[in-house]
Amino acid sequence: MQVSIYRFIPDSDSEPRMQDYEYDLPDDRDLMVLEVLENLKAQDPSIGYRRSCREGVCGSDGMNINGQNGLACKTPVSEAVSRDRLVLRPLPGLPVIRDLIVDMSQFYRQYERVEPFLTNDNPRPAQERLQSQEDREKLDGLYECILCACCTTSCPSFWWNPDKFLGPAALLQSYRFLADSRDTATEERLSKLDDPFSVFRCRGVMNCVNACPKDLNPTRAINEIRTLLIKNGT
Amino acid sequence: MVVNATSFSRSGLTDFLLQRVTAVVLGLYALCIIGFLVANPDVDQIRWVRYMTSPVMLVFGTLTILSFAVHAWIGMWTVGTDYLSEHKMGKYASLVRLLYQGFVVLVVFTYLLIGLGVLWRLPAIFL
Amino acid sequence: MKNLRTLDFDGLIVGGGGAGLRAGLQLAESGYKTAVLSKVFPTRSHTVSAQGGITCAIASEDPDDDWRWHMYDTVKGSDYIGDQDAIEYMCSVGPQVVYELEHMGLPFSRTETGRIYQRPFGGQSKDFGRGGQASRTCAAEDRTGHALLHTLFQANLKADTTFLNEWFAVDLVRNQDGVIVGVIAIEVETGELVFVRSKVTLLATGGAGRIYDSTTNALTNTGDGVAMALRTGVPVQDIEMWQFHPTGIHGMGILVTEGSRGEGGYLINCDGERFMERYAPTAKDLASRDVVSRSMVIEIDEGRGCGPNKDHVYLKLDHLGTEVLNSRLGGIMELCKTYALVDPAVEPIPVVPTCHYMMGGIATQVSGQALSQDEQSDDVPVPGLYAVGEVACVSVHGANRLGGNSLLDLVVFGRAAGLHIQDVLGQGISQRDASASDLEAALARVARWEESQKGENPAELKAELQALMGSSFSVFRTEQKMQDAISKLEDLRSRIEAAHLTDKSEVFNTARVEALELDNLLEVAEATAIAAEGRRESRGAHARVDFEERDDENWLFHSLYFAEDRSLRKRAVNFAPSTVEPFEPVKREY
Repeated sequence: MQVSIYRFIPDSDSEPRMQDYEYDLPDDRDLMVLEVLENLKAQDPSIGYRRSCREGVCGSDGMNINGQNGLACKTPVSEAVSRDRLVLRPLPGLPVIRDLIVDMSQFYRQYERVEPFLTNDNPRPAQERLQSQEDREKLDGLYECILCACCTTSCPSFWWNPDKFLGPAALLQSYRFLADSRDTATEERLSKLDDPFSVFRCRGVMNCVNACPKDLNPTRAINEIRTLLIKNGT
Repeated sequence: MVVNATSFSRSGLTDFLLQRVTAVVLGLYALCIIGFLVANPDVDQIRWVRYMTSPVMLVFGTLTILSFAVHAWIGMWTVGTDYLSEHKMGKYASLVRLLYQGFVVLVVFTYLLIGLGVLWRLPAIFL
Repeated sequence: MKNLRTLDFDGLIVGGGGAGLRAGLQLAESGYKTAVLSKVFPTRSHTVSAQGGITCAIASEDPDDDWRWHMYDTVKGSDYIGDQDAIEYMCSVGPQVVYELEHMGLPFSRTETGRIYQRPFGGQSKDFGRGGQASRTCAAEDRTGHALLHTLFQANLKADTTFLNEWFAVDLVRNQDGVIVGVIAIEVETGELVFVRSKVTLLATGGAGRIYDSTTNALTNTGDGVAMALRTGVPVQDIEMWQFHPTGIHGMGILVTEGSRGEGGYLINCDGERFMERYAPTAKDLASRDVVSRSMVIEIDEGRGCGPNKDHVYLKLDHLGTEVLNSRLGGIMELCKTYALVDPAVEPIPVVPTCHYMMGGIATQVSGQALSQDEQSDDVPVPGLYAVGEVACVSVHGANRLGGNSLLDLVVFGRAAGLHIQDVLGQGISQRDASASDLEAALARVARWEESQKGENPAELKAELQALMGSSFSVFRTEQKMQDAISKLEDLRSRIEAAHLTDKSEVFNTARVEALELDNLLEVAEATAIAAEGRRESRGAHARVDFEERDDENWLFHSLYFAEDRSLRKRAVNFAPSTVEPFEPVKREY
């Protein structure tokens, strides 16, 4: 198999290039893309990428694999490879720092903008705040986000307005707190979303749903926010 | 909160709702026209003008032309802020976008005037 | 040197996992200038991988539950070398700390009455072992660590903590008076070396499971804090105690939570026998982890393993039904389907004992204050240095940690350290300075790699080290193998010190970080080897073939390893809890 990797080392490269490596796949088992990268890096230590948990929960190794955003540690080579070629590029839409490593500050800024923390003005009880199983169920499919940015960097609206449109990941988290029965800041949260860009730039392209390695559905969360805004505004 | 002075209502929600309400108006108006033509296969000019100049259709037509203007402006403004942004084009983006928006305003306003003019002079010309 | 950029803080926290973020939150809320320095963006820390839950007597599943029962279980689980003052503190303060997490927004699963859901975990009992299995582990499905880490990070955003994300701490800076005055760190994105100076430095760098070839730990768990401490003359305690989790996915090292057995799953051998009934007639599959792991290895060694090579056993979950599996163990379902190509609702999961947790670490007081020992074997604090979480050994886990106690350890002692440091800073301590030669010492390691011109590939040396540790210091240990390994580690040290960093670029050089991590792995591996060889008994996770019994007469002690002279000393275990009678050592049965 040929592995083609986007390379850019600002110390020595004036512009990015694709570098090809030959890789012999084992016959007896499928590899994850990250395993291929780890083995290549053992030979060429200069290849730069982030990774940590290698089991799809830390969200470090989001990258563009044969044109599709995904986690390297969770993408089997057999599913990604086409015509015996594996093409690895950094996540699109964010500045490249080096090789497969992108500058995620813009992504994190949008996450922080939705004030992703529980706000509750009532006095704290001596024990936990009670929450019914039905109310807790509303958080399923929201709190599991790992902030890998696969969704947001596959969204054309985010490419166009990365500073104004919050992007699917941040909006998913926004809704995670709007949907939490323990949060009392619904009005304030909604009032901060009622501009032409933050939420309403979502066009329902649904690239985010397609890209999410955790099978979450940001588009649905965005529609829920819209519904809340409409209810709140009328 | 992101605001942009040139958006229609400065509220994303209002823009979003207006876009959809105006689309419904445009759609209904189209249905009325098509419905009339289907129901009257042997239509002639007299009946057509009479239909179009009935008070209901005059008001509806006016509403439709206004809806068209609002709908077009919101849509074209959105497209402009997607493609003609500082993020993509650098420091001249604002100027380019302003020129583009001026052009869109001109076109929409022209259509608006012509549309209303045609609609409201129909009774005078034909009746 | 004179160009070295310097940043100043009141409190510096190295490590952005659960312990570091909990301590950071406490300090930031108190208004002190606090920084959390982390080599990965905080939500990528290994706490995120914790699955099953956080054990704590909040009396949700059982209204009569008592933190003293939890304390009893923890002391027994530790095989009696857990410090009872620390365990008492953790178990009694625990409920309050868990409620705080809930108030911060942690999305716990719920009971029908709306309280926090608790599930049974290994080693848990009611009424001091007399009342049967307890359900004491508070859970957010099987993603509790993820939920906890994100919640703590979010709370820190709210508190406006300063983050130095993707900064790699190279070494502690210790001045001539023996005071820790901060760290030398690399801002990885630019490659710049920075002196991060602080009145107080707290290590929360997590574990070092990557010294083994088969581990549930993240690739970043390289024992940076332990190694930094050892290099500055601070000893580490009970570092021979490594927990092997019974259910790592065979061949992948990926964890399947103990909660899967808590929900009713069990282990079977190639005959389909539920073999834990033989080894632990009462607790069965929910015996303590060390007990279950040893039983599995015995089954495999005696030829009752599964698969073509008979080198693993099966974890059976299919009888639980799809509904329980999806609602309580959704994360496990996903992991198994992706990495083991097995659907747990249909077929059993191939599992083997896999390195999971470092019980040992930097000895500390309950306040997190790091300790060393003077000539008279008395505890002496290391001025300016604190440690919490897996890097620390406070010691609540002793020779074997109970499932669900690690998350509790992180938040209880992260908070305790934050509170204590707040007090210390309130007393108005001044920033101590470091001389050029103090800084030089901390910069030496980076300089060594930068100047390397030829030598072996660090990646290959790392693989060699991991294989050596895996073959010599796993579930069962023998004198001969350990001694061989110690001499091989000496050889590896000289080879690693002569190894070659080929990539010397500045911008986001991960090869440099990995080379520095290799140094750290070596320090931890060597400490483990010498401490394991030195402890001539079997206790908790440390099982020796040549010394099969626990030896309370000679070894009811902590081991304390000093890297300077590679010596192993003993330190007394605390048997003086303040509100309950101490639990005296008895034979440990499940």
